[in-house]
Parts: sequence; structure tokens; C-alpha cells
Amino acid sequence: MSDTARIAPPLWLLAELTYRCPLHCAFCYNPVNYADHNNELTTDEWLGVFRQARALGAAQLGFSGGEPLVRDDLEVLVGEARKLGFYTNLITSGIGLTDKRLAKLKEAGLDHIQLSFQDSTKELNDFLSSTRTFDLKNRVARSIKAHGFPMVLNCVLHRYNLPHLDKIIDMALAMGAEYLELANTQYYGWAHINRAQLMPTAEQLRDAEAVVERYRSEIGGQCKIYFVISDYFEKRPKRCMNGWGAVFLGVAPDGAALPCHTARSLPGLTFPNVKEVPIEDIWYESDAFNRFRGVEWMKEPCRSCEEKLIDGGGCRCQAYLLTGDPANTDPICDKSPMHEKVINVVWQAASKRGPDEQPMMFRNDANSRLVSGRTTKQKMPA
Amino acid sequence: MTVLKLKPIFRLQWEPVQNAHVLLYPEGMVKLNQSAGEILKRCDGTRNIETLIDELKKVFDTPDLGDEVRLFVAEAERRGWLESLT
Repeated sequence: MSDTARIAPPLWLLAELTYRCPLHCAFCYNPVNYADHNNELTTDEWLGVFRQARALGAAQLGFSGGEPLVRDDLEVLVGEARKLGFYTNLITSGIGLTDKRLAKLKEAGLDHIQLSFQDSTKELNDFLSSTRTFDLKNRVARSIKAHGFPMVLNCVLHRYNLPHLDKIIDMALAMGAEYLELANTQYYGWAHINRAQLMPTAEQLRDAEAVVERYRSEIGGQCKIYFVISDYFEKRPKRCMNGWGAVFLGVAPDGAALPCHTARSLPGLTFPNVKEVPIEDIWYESDAFNRFRGVEWMKEPCRSCEEKLIDGGGCRCQAYLLTGDPANTDPICDKSPMHEKVINVVWQAASKRGPDEQPMMFRNDANSRLVSGRTTKQKMPA
Repeated sequence: MTVLKLKPIFRLQWEPVQNAHVLLYPEGMVKLNQSAGEILKRCDGTRNIETLIDELKKVFDTPDLGDEVRLFVAEAERRGWLESLT
């Protein structure tokens, strides 16, 4: 029986067009075994996804990846999405965003571009992405504004670049960005592998929040600054995805439909593929989208908690990564009996810094095969 | 006098599924109530606050909506939705 009367429609469609990416960022949220999912949807298959999601009510469409610009049909996809009435967002590293493509994307009706930077310095930007891309990104930022696009600058924060936060904000203002998204690293995918190296200190975060407050009071409406907190330092979990199966529908490059960006890491869930199942059935009927919807699935301490409707129990992927069971309370919450694990991670990261720390593992095909090979072996009985 | 115009970063459109006007912007959306939708769709660079109020009075046949409109326009400006053109 359909629950369509009770369940709100999807509003935000994220099209991860490809896992291919010219960058190799150490904090990428893509699955560590992304190299196993290299069978990408065709242009027509994507257009079918857009039409179905729009008919259900989705109004925002993000083109992401990987790097969406490696798809040479991006302009076609944007043009069709815009005609369907989506607000179209390109989420990009900027690599491959030539003047020619910018002009075509403008013509296709692209509404906005989110450009990622790794830092305000060339050295750190290029180190963290394992590429030489800082100068190119600066040129691309100027071209984006020259073509008249609204621009969001995105920078993922961690212990290496938090001390440069004021310079990063200055850079965004100088580039004319309308929005600046300063997102503390969330520890999934590759960032989870590199967690010990990326984890900031409580002092760094306090300083960062003060810097953001100072700029907010000084710059007025010129640029809106979003600051995504580092939840390992909190006592209550984030309201992840605004609720499982509440507004967000992600589609991975191979067509797997996901209730959150990193749901693929969860055990015991089969994600329906858009090539086989209509989007309407995926959203309203599938086990994957219903498993953690609402509050019925919750265990204690969430089940009897008066705050359960506020945070929805937090993040399922974090619960799995830190406690081994995705149905547990997100241990960021200090009501979780396993909250100590979070405290220990922060404490260990703070105390173990020194010349003996392990090197960063960058996101690339060789490491992906290495990591997924290791994971498979671990799962086999001894 | 200043004419009212939505900033180009925002797009106002009617969403049948939500039965409402929505304001779309980078990775975000605000669902508008009926009066907000009626006001904002007229903020297209051709009216100032007085001509906007006059028109709404006629369309909805309501004489005392001046305060409500002024209050909403002030809020929209505070949220950075409108640009000032003279």
C-alpha cells in the first residue's frame, strides 16, 4: 500500500554524474570503493531521472560527482533540467570549466556555480587535492563572474587550513562570491580514512567561529557566510539530510538511488537502481528510503527522547562508522552510551600529532582498489 | 522613487506539488504563503512600493493592506531578496 499521502515529496535531487575526478582530495566523501562503480548512466537515462523527480516535486537539482565537467553531455543535461523548471546548481572543482563551456552553460540556463577551493594558499590547495590547480581555480573564478553567474565558494575545513580562515574569507570576498560555504570536514569516505590527520583541535574551532562572527558583522550583505560545524566537538547530533527520505534524493553515477550522499557505506541496505525502478516507487515504497524514515525505527536512548523530532537521531552513517550499527543513536549525542568513542577520537587525534603520523591517503583509483580489496578480505571468514 | 526588484540570484516560481510560490536560490528554497507570493511576483523592477500597494488593493479588493505589504517588503529587504534600483 502506498504511503504517498503521509510522505512529503523529494525537493532536492543530487545527480552525481560520475565518480571520475581530476582532483584527489584527502577529504572526499565519495565511497572509498568508487572504482567498483564505474558504469555511468547515459544521457537519456539521466533525463528520465530528471523528468520523474521533477514530476514528483523536486525543485533543486545539483550536478555533482566526482567532477561533473568530465561528462561532455553536461550542457545538454543542464538545458533540459532548466526547461523542466529545476533551479540548476553546478558543483565543481572548476577543472575543465573553460570560457567556451561557461558560455554554453549560460545559454543552457544554468542558475549557479559552486566552486571548490582547498585553501587560500597555493601550497596547501595543491597538497590537499594532490594536484597543481590553485592558479587554474583562480582563473576559473574570474571567468565565472565574467559570465554573470552567481557563485558560491566552498572550502572544506580541517586542522591544516583552519589557521588560514581569515585569508580564505578575504579570497572569497575579492572574487565576488555571493555565498561562502565553510564546511568543517565530515568524516565519511576518504575523510574517514584520513580522520586522525584532518581532525582539528577545539581551540582551532573556537578561533574559527570567532573569525566568522567578526567577518559577518563587518561585511553586511555582500557575501553570506555559511559555517558548517565540526560535529565531533558537539553534544547533540546534526539533523542529517533534514531527515532520512525527507527531502533529499541522490542518484549515484551508476544509477543507485541514495537517501544521503554516503548511504552506500551502510550494510544491510539494497539501494534500488533508477534503471530498474521508477523514482516514485523508490521514494515512497523502497525499503532503502523507508528504513530510517520518521521515528519508528529508533532504539533507545532516541526512542524515548524528547528531542527525537529535533535531530531525528542524527546521522545513520556516523552511527554505523562509530558504533557498528546504523540504527543506533548517532554517538555525537552525549546521551548515547557510546559517546565516549567520539571523545576518544578527538583526544587521540590531538595527542598523536608528530613526525610518526601516517601519511595522508589521497582519493585516486589505485587507492580505491587497494582499500576496497582490503575491505573485502576483512569481510571473509578466517 | 525606488523600484522593487528581486535580486537575479533568486528565482520565483509556482510549484504545483506544493501548491505555493517558492523562492529558489543556490541550494535553497523558501516556500511562500499566498500574500508573500503575490507581493514578490510583482517585484519585477516596474513598481515602487506605492504602485505595488495600489495594484494589490485593486486586485484583492481590500483597502487596508498597506501596512502588511510594507512589513513584508521590509522583511524581504532584510533577508537580502530585493535589490534597490532608482
